[in-house]
Amino acid sequence: MTLIGWFQILAFFLLILALTRPVGAYLYRVFETADPPLPRLLGPIERLCYRLSGVDPTVEYTWLEYTAALLAFSAVGLLGTYAILRLQHLLPWNPQHFTAVEPTLAWNTAASFTTNTNWQSYAGETTLSHLSQMAGLAWHNFTSAAAGLGVALAVARGLTRRPGPEGPKTLGNFWVDLLRATIYVLLPISIVVALLLVSQGVLQNLSPDRALTTLEGGRQVLAMGPVASQEAIKMLGTNGGGFFNANSAHPFENPTPFTNLLEMLLIFVLPAGLTYTYGRMARDQRQGWALFAAMAVLFLGGVATLYWAESHGNTALAGLAGLATPPAGAGNLEGKEVRFGIAASALFATVTTDASCGAVNAMHDSLTPLGGLVPLVNMHLGEVIFGGVGAGLYGLLVFVVLTVFIAGLMVGRTPEYLGKKIEAREMKLAMLYVLVFPLFVLGLSAWAAVRPYGTSALNNAGPHGLAEILYAYTSGGANNGSAFAGLNANTPWWNSTLGLDMLAGRFFLIVPVLAIAGSMVGKKVVPAGLGTFPTNGWLFAALLVAVVVIVGALTFFPALALAPIVEHFLAAAGKAF
Amino acid sequence: MARKKRQVSIFEPALLRTAVADSFRKLYPPALARNPVMFVVAVGSALTTFLVLEDLLHRRAALVPLWFSVSVTLWLWFTVLFANFAEAVAEGRGKAQAGALRKMRKESTARRLIPPDDDREMEVPASALRKGDRVVVEAGQVIPGDGEVVEGIASVDESAITGESAPVIRESGGDRSAVTGGTKVLSDRIVVRITTNPGETFLDRMISLVEGAARQKTPNEIALHILLVGLTLIFLLACVTLVPLARYGGLRLPVTTVVALLVCLIPTTIGGLLSAIGIAGMDRLLRKNVLATSGRAVEAAGDVDVLLLDKTGTITLGNRMATELLPAPGVRIEELADAAQLASLADETPEGRSIVVLVKQAYGLRGRNLQELGVTFVPFTAQTRMSGCDLAAPAGALASRERRIRKGAIDAVKRHVTEQGGAFPAETLAAADRIADQGGTPLAVADDERVLGLIHLKDVVKSGMQERFARFRAMGIRTVMITGDNPRTAAAIAREAGVDDFLAEATPETKMRRIREEQEKGKLVAMTGDGTNDAPALAQADVGVAMNTGTQAAKEAGNMVDLDSDPTKLLEVVEVGKQLLMTRGVLTTFSIANDVAKYFAILPALFVGVYPEIAPLDAMRLASPYSAVLSAVIFNALIIILLIPLALRGVAYRPLGAEALLRRSLLLYGVGGVVAPFVGIKLIDLLLAAVGLA
Repeated sequence: MTLIGWFQILAFFLLILALTRPVGAYLYRVFETADPPLPRLLGPIERLCYRLSGVDPTVEYTWLEYTAALLAFSAVGLLGTYAILRLQHLLPWNPQHFTAVEPTLAWNTAASFTTNTNWQSYAGETTLSHLSQMAGLAWHNFTSAAAGLGVALAVARGLTRRPGPEGPKTLGNFWVDLLRATIYVLLPISIVVALLLVSQGVLQNLSPDRALTTLEGGRQVLAMGPVASQEAIKMLGTNGGGFFNANSAHPFENPTPFTNLLEMLLIFVLPAGLTYTYGRMARDQRQGWALFAAMAVLFLGGVATLYWAESHGNTALAGLAGLATPPAGAGNLEGKEVRFGIAASALFATVTTDASCGAVNAMHDSLTPLGGLVPLVNMHLGEVIFGGVGAGLYGLLVFVVLTVFIAGLMVGRTPEYLGKKIEAREMKLAMLYVLVFPLFVLGLSAWAAVRPYGTSALNNAGPHGLAEILYAYTSGGANNGSAFAGLNANTPWWNSTLGLDMLAGRFFLIVPVLAIAGSMVGKKVVPAGLGTFPTNGWLFAALLVAVVVIVGALTFFPALALAPIVEHFLAAAGKAF
Repeated sequence: MARKKRQVSIFEPALLRTAVADSFRKLYPPALARNPVMFVVAVGSALTTFLVLEDLLHRRAALVPLWFSVSVTLWLWFTVLFANFAEAVAEGRGKAQAGALRKMRKESTARRLIPPDDDREMEVPASALRKGDRVVVEAGQVIPGDGEVVEGIASVDESAITGESAPVIRESGGDRSAVTGGTKVLSDRIVVRITTNPGETFLDRMISLVEGAARQKTPNEIALHILLVGLTLIFLLACVTLVPLARYGGLRLPVTTVVALLVCLIPTTIGGLLSAIGIAGMDRLLRKNVLATSGRAVEAAGDVDVLLLDKTGTITLGNRMATELLPAPGVRIEELADAAQLASLADETPEGRSIVVLVKQAYGLRGRNLQELGVTFVPFTAQTRMSGCDLAAPAGALASRERRIRKGAIDAVKRHVTEQGGAFPAETLAAADRIADQGGTPLAVADDERVLGLIHLKDVVKSGMQERFARFRAMGIRTVMITGDNPRTAAAIAREAGVDDFLAEATPETKMRRIREEQEKGKLVAMTGDGTNDAPALAQADVGVAMNTGTQAAKEAGNMVDLDSDPTKLLEVVEVGKQLLMTRGVLTTFSIANDVAKYFAILPALFVGVYPEIAPLDAMRLASPYSAVLSAVIFNALIIILLIPLALRGVAYRPLGAEALLRRSLLLYGVGGVVAPFVGIKLIDLLLAAVGLA
C-alpha cells in the first residue's frame, strides 16, 4: 500500500461526492419537472419521438401498467437482439465474415444485454460483427440503463408522492422516462465522453482487422471497430460489456490512467447522483444523503479491503527468483495492467462490482483469495453499493424497507418510511425480492458444482474452482457481468442457465419492487414527529449498512466459506489451485 | 377501597406446571404449523430423530458419533418445547384469570317479564334469555345478563368484573344505565332489558379474551411473521445448497449438523417468543384493569399521535377548589374569611368544603358552635343561585338586625345586594374578571347589602400531570384537552396543565370533527369516553377506551374498556402499546444479530475435517467440532428460556424521543446481540468440555 495509492482512491471518492449534487439536480430537472434542460436542442427530438411512437406523455401509469410496458419493451429487445445475432452472417457490417452465433450463446448474449448484465460468454472481436455490436448490443446498453433509471424513478415516486388514499396511484410514464433518460442523459454524455476517449487513443472505425508487423518482425492482428462509442455507454450505463474480450484492460478500450479514472467516474456518476435526486423527491435532502452515506461506507470498506489484500501479495512467490520472500511492497500484480498499478486496479474492481457494471481493467481470477472475496461480496450484497443505473437505488430502497421494518419497531411504533406504513404486503414483496437472488445464485451454483457439465468448464480445481462457479452465477444474478474468468462459460449448460439467472436477477426483482411502489404510493402519510423513526441521519445509514451486510453476508457466508475463505487459509498454508 | 389483586406472578409454581404440560400438548402438528419458524425446527428435529433411530437399528457406521446426534436431537426438541413453554406461560396467567371469571358465570335463574304487559313474570334459566327480554332483579340477586336498566335505581356490586369492592349506582336513563351479567344487586329493584344473547356477554368476551382463545394475529405480527418466514426460507436455501457445494470439495456433510446449523440460523428466538409477546401485551393491559377487545387495538395504541383527554377527572381533579380570598376595598380579610366560612359550613358540595378547608388552613378559623350563633342555613337553589346562612341577632340587640350572609356567582350576588340598596364595588368586579381570565371561577360573598369580597375557586390540575404530558411530548404525542369551559378558561387550564392544545366548549359533534380532522392529517387518535353521546367518537377514534361505568353503547363502540373507569389510564395504554412493539423490535434485532456468532462457531466445525487449515476461522477456539455445534444449539435453545421474562414483561419504555430510543436499543440488543452468543457459546463449550462431552 502506498500513499499515492490511497490518494487515488480518496480523490476518486471526492470527485464522486462533488458530482453527486449537480448530477442529481440535473436528473431531477429532466424527470420531475416540466422544463427539462436544453429545450431548444433536445425538446424537438423528444416531441418528435412522441409523435412517431404515438405515446401520450401526459398519461401516467399504475404500477401494473408501468411493469407491463417495461416487460413488453424488454421482451421485444431480447428477441430483436437474438435475431440479429443469429442472422449476422446475412446482415451488413460484417467485415470479418463471422458466422451466425450459436443458439445458446445468442440466447445468453441477448439475455445478458437486455438485463444490463453484459456477461460475455464470447470474445467480441472474434464472434460478433460490427452491426451486432452497434445495433444488437449498443441498443441495450442505452435502453437497459434507461429502463433501470425509469424503475428507480417509479419506485421513488411510489415512496415520495402523496396522492392520498383516494388520489391517483400512478408512478409515471415508462415511455417518457425511457425516452428522457436516453435523450437528455445517456446520449449527450456518451457523445462527449466518446470524443474524449478518442482523444486518448481509443479506436473508433468500421475497418476490418489489421495485420501488422511488430518491431520484432513477428505478425500481429489488431482488431478494429467502433470502440469509443461503445465504451462510453458501456461505463455510463453500468453495462460493462467490452468491445474486446480483455475489456477495459485492453489498451484500445482504456489506454491511459486518465481514461481509467474517467471510466470509473462514469460508472458511479449516475447511481450516486440518483441519491440526490431521491432526496429532492422526498423533499428532504438528508434522506438522499443517508442513502449515499450507506453506499459510501460499503464502497470504502470494500476498496480498502481489496487494496490491502492485493498489496500484500502472494506468499507462493516466495523462493522464486532467488528471493526468500516476495519483494517488499510488490504486492500481487498478476493479472493487472502495469499502466494502472495495484491501487487503480483494486479501485476499478471494487467500483465495477459495486455498481453492477462488470467492466474489468484487471483479471479478477488472479486476485488474491481475500481480494477476490471483495467483488463477490459486493455482488452478494445485491448490487446496492451505488449499484447499476437505477438498480442500485431501487435495490437499496428494498433494504431500506427491511431496515425500517426490523428496527423501526424499536422506537415503539409500527414501522413507517417517509410517513407511510410498511405492512404485510410490502414485507411479502420485499422478502420475495431478497429471496429470488440467492435462490438462483445458490441453487444454480450448487447444481453446477456437482454435475460434470458444470465442473467440466473449470480451469482450476479445489475451492478456487468453486469460487469461479459461484462468481459466474453471482455475476449473472446480480446483473453485474464481470467474470472471474477461468471458466469456459461458452457451453450449452452455462449459456442457458446463466441466461436464466440474468433474466431472473433482473425481472423477478423489478416486478416485486414496482409492486412495492404501487402499494406504497396511495398510503396515508403520517406527519413526522419526535416519535418518528428517523431515516435521514447517520444512525439510520449505519443501520442500513448493517442490514445490507447481515442479510447479504449471512445468506452467502456458508458458500463463501467453502470457496474464497477456505482458499485464503489454504493459500496461507502454501496450497494453490 | 379494597382492590382485588389481578397480579399473578410470572413464575408461580402452579402456573409453571400447567405450562410445562401445555408445552408438550402444543407439539400437536396443526398447532405448531401456526408458527412457521418453529414448525421448521420441529420438522428438523423429527428428521434428526429419524436418523438417530435409523443409526440405532442398522448399527451402521454413522458420519457422526451417536452421542452427538442424540444430544443435538434432544436440544432441537428442547428448542421447540421452550418456544411452546413461552407461549404457554404467557397464556397461563390469562387462563388462571379466566378460571376465576368462569366460576362467576355459574348458572343462575332469571325472572323474565312476559310481554306485552310485563305484569307477570316467569322463572327461566339465564341461558335462555335473548336480546330484548326484560327481567326483574332485586336486592341480593345476580343480574342474569348484560343489559340496560329501563326502570328503577339500584346499587350494584361489580367487584367480580372490576375488582373494585365499592358498590356503584345503576339507574334507568342517562349514562349510568349499563349493567353487566354476573354482577350482584345490593339494594332496591330494577328492570333490565337484556342486550346480548348468551355466549356473547361481556363476561364471555372477557373470558375468551384473557384465555387468548379469540386471539388473532395482529397486522404488525403478520408482517413480522412474513419477515421471519422469508429469513427462514433464505437460511433453508443457504443450508440446503451447502450440501452439494461441500460435496464438490469431497466433503460429506452430516445431515444432523446441517439441521443444527439451520435451526441456529433461522430466527428461532423471536419466532419462539412472538406470540408470547402479544399475549403478554394484552395481559399487561388486563393487569392495569383494561380489557382490549383485540390485539390490533393494543398495537394501534403504540402508534397514537394525538391523545384527546377530558379535562374533568383526567387533567384536573373532579371539582373546583377554593384557593384564595380577595377582600373588597375597605374590608378586612379576617371579616371576609369569617363570612365565607359561615356561608359554607353547611355546604356539602366539594366547593363548599374546600372553602372551609381554605379558611381553616389560611386563617386558623375552626368550626364553631352553630347553635350558639343561631344559624339558619339557606341552601342553593336554581332561582337564587346563592347559598349561605341567616344569623340570628345576638342577644340584646335589635331583633331586626338579623345578618344574611350569602355566597354565589357574581351576577347573582350583584343582583342580591342591589335589591337591598347596596352596590357592587368596581374594583371587586375587575378582580372577578381577572380570576376568570386565569381560568378560575370567582364567587362573591355578601353580608346583607355589603360585598365583602371574592373567593377564588380554581380547577386544580392533578399533581404530576405536567411531567406526564412532558413525557408524551418527548414521545412525540400531542395531548389535546377537551372541556366544556369557555375558551378563556380552557386556555388558562391548558397552559397550567401543560397540554399542547385544547378544545373548548366541546360538544359530541365538535369532538367528532376534531378526531376526523386529525385523522385526515394522517394521525392516529386515542380518546376516552363514557356517555352514549361519546359512542360515535369512540368508534371513530383509532383507540377508544370506554369507561366501565359508562353506557353499553360506549362500551360497544370503543375497542378497550377500562374497568377502573379512570380516564388517565389512556396514558398507560399507550405505553403498553409502545412496549409491545418495542419488545418485538428488540428481540427481532437480537435474534438476527445472534447469527454472526453462530456462523463462526458452526461453519469451521463443518469444514475442518476436509480443510484443517480453516481452523483460524473458529474465533472462539472451541473444544472440538462436535462441542462447537452442540454449544451453538444449546445456546440457541436456552436463549429462548432466558428471554421469556423480557418477552412477558416487555422492555422498559423510556420517553426519550425516537432517535435516542433507537440508539439505546441498538446498542443493547443489536451490538449486544452480536456479542452475547460469542460469550454464551464459549461458556457452554467450556462446560461441555468440563463434563467430558467434547
